[in-house]
Amino acid sequence: MRYANLESYDRVLFIGGIYSNYLALEKAFTMARSLKAEAVIVMGDFGGFGPFPDRTLELLRREKIFAIQGNYEEALAGGAEDCGCGYTDPRDNHYAQISYDYTRSCTSAEHVRWMGELPRYIRLSIGGQRTLVCHGSPRQINEFLWQTMTPRPFIEKMLRDFDTDLIICTHTGLHWSRFIEPGRGVVNVGALGRPANDGKTNVWMSLLEWQDYGFRAEFIPIEYDFDRLAREMESEKLPPEFVATIRTGWWTTCLEVLPAKERARGQF
Amino acid sequence: MTTGQVVGPTTAEGEKKFPFAPLAALDVLWLQVAGTICNLKCSHCFISCSPTNHSHEMMSLAHVRSLLDEAKTLGVKEYYFTGGEPFLNRDLLIMFEVALAQGPVSVLTNGILITPKVAARLRELSDASEHSLDIRVSLDGYDAETHDAIRGRGMFQRAIKGVMNLNSAGLVPVITAAEVTDDIGAERGRAQFLEMLKSLGVNRPRLKILPILRMGAEVERTRAYQEWESLRGHTLSETEAARLQCNSCRMATSKGVYVCPLLIEQDGARMGDRLTDTLGPFELKHSACFTCHSTGFSCRT
Repeated sequence: MRYANLESYDRVLFIGGIYSNYLALEKAFTMARSLKAEAVIVMGDFGGFGPFPDRTLELLRREKIFAIQGNYEEALAGGAEDCGCGYTDPRDNHYAQISYDYTRSCTSAEHVRWMGELPRYIRLSIGGQRTLVCHGSPRQINEFLWQTMTPRPFIEKMLRDFDTDLIICTHTGLHWSRFIEPGRGVVNVGALGRPANDGKTNVWMSLLEWQDYGFRAEFIPIEYDFDRLAREMESEKLPPEFVATIRTGWWTTCLEVLPAKERARGQF
Repeated sequence: MTTGQVVGPTTAEGEKKFPFAPLAALDVLWLQVAGTICNLKCSHCFISCSPTNHSHEMMSLAHVRSLLDEAKTLGVKEYYFTGGEPFLNRDLLIMFEVALAQGPVSVLTNGILITPKVAARLRELSDASEHSLDIRVSLDGYDAETHDAIRGRGMFQRAIKGVMNLNSAGLVPVITAAEVTDDIGAERGRAQFLEMLKSLGVNRPRLKILPILRMGAEVERTRAYQEWESLRGHTLSETEAARLQCNSCRMATSKGVYVCPLLIEQDGARMGDRLTDTLGPFELKHSACFTCHSTGFSCRT
């Protein structure tokens, strides 16, 4: 099933790339209850980067949430040899491969089967506005929609092409929103799995609420036991570069896809 | 969204044909703002740019404005400025300002004209926009010996100066290197590039490697394309079509709109006067099409 259709809501919580950060996910689910979200939608890339992928999947499958595939789920369920993240630089691909091989070898077959059944997109209505939830972009699962590379005329065209008022996406790991008019635009919900390359250890999820004048996209920081995650990554012999990102909040790998402005904001 | 048709390789008469590449969406608009006019005469230039090559002239601000207006209505995602040497166009910084108001901009330069003053102005333009301004500086080697053999004596130092000026202004240039020697694209070559940049204090080094195109001046430096380097008779799958840059780009010069940045000197590559004339499929009958297809390469960063 490529599309799933949901009903109407006014207040929805979105969780982007989890990258096996099950500790942040536990925290996110606890926070979701107090935030009184009417629905929670997780947007793919459950594995990669972090330790013990099955722990994330067990949490996801226990909660009453909606989920779509990211490129990781598509790759794992399809038996692909790489994650299909869409990197073009050899160093980026090197680290992406380590991440994928580890995740693939540690994910149980039953969870992979479940991933294969997930829809690629979800359509729903938020505050009466037609909303399309995708992983990368509506047209490509691994397209990177960066804040500084997603201009208004392009947003206008995507909304028209895909017959929607709002596009919700992730895949880049950095959260942002751009509305071309009240109620029409793009929200990139960022990532729960790793920090936002800003020198801070917290990670992010996004709450979207319809208010009288349009959408309010609230990006919510999540503090979690990052030190424990880092220690577990070390015990799993994941690359020290990944661990450094969890401990420092600066990205150390998969940097070459970043546009000029996003790259300049980071340390590396 | 579909990527369009798949074209069979032969006619009823059994003659082998070239496949066609559809345009899925016009995401990338290239602007050959300096035409074929350059302050260097690189021995590998696939369109033989030089101080005296007026095959394509400088583009006027009015022409660029009208293309940008049209691009806006088509939902173009990003703009690339090139030449020749784009900083020879005296309206370039105004063009950037106009383009940055409606989308992200990348520029391909040899770096020579990027003085501290120009770098500071580029930083201002970048800061004033919600979009990225990406500056790509060509370095065809991680040392003066390799670079200058292609670009002329002393040019390595001058390009490095441009890189340093950008770096000092807080911009993070992308170093673009053509594979003029075998080792440049290999792991060792890349590592040496990155090391050289770090030694200069560029702490976020970015690198883009381009394949060699056996056209223009490059024919004399090495060789021309040979007959086997062709897509004649090839059936293009949807996945292959989606990977080609002509699936999502067009190139405007002073002479009209062409299919892509590589083919502006090739017969049949001019598709029309306006962008809307050029939204149809393109026959991949050029040898450079073979390079794009076989390497998966794109001129984009």
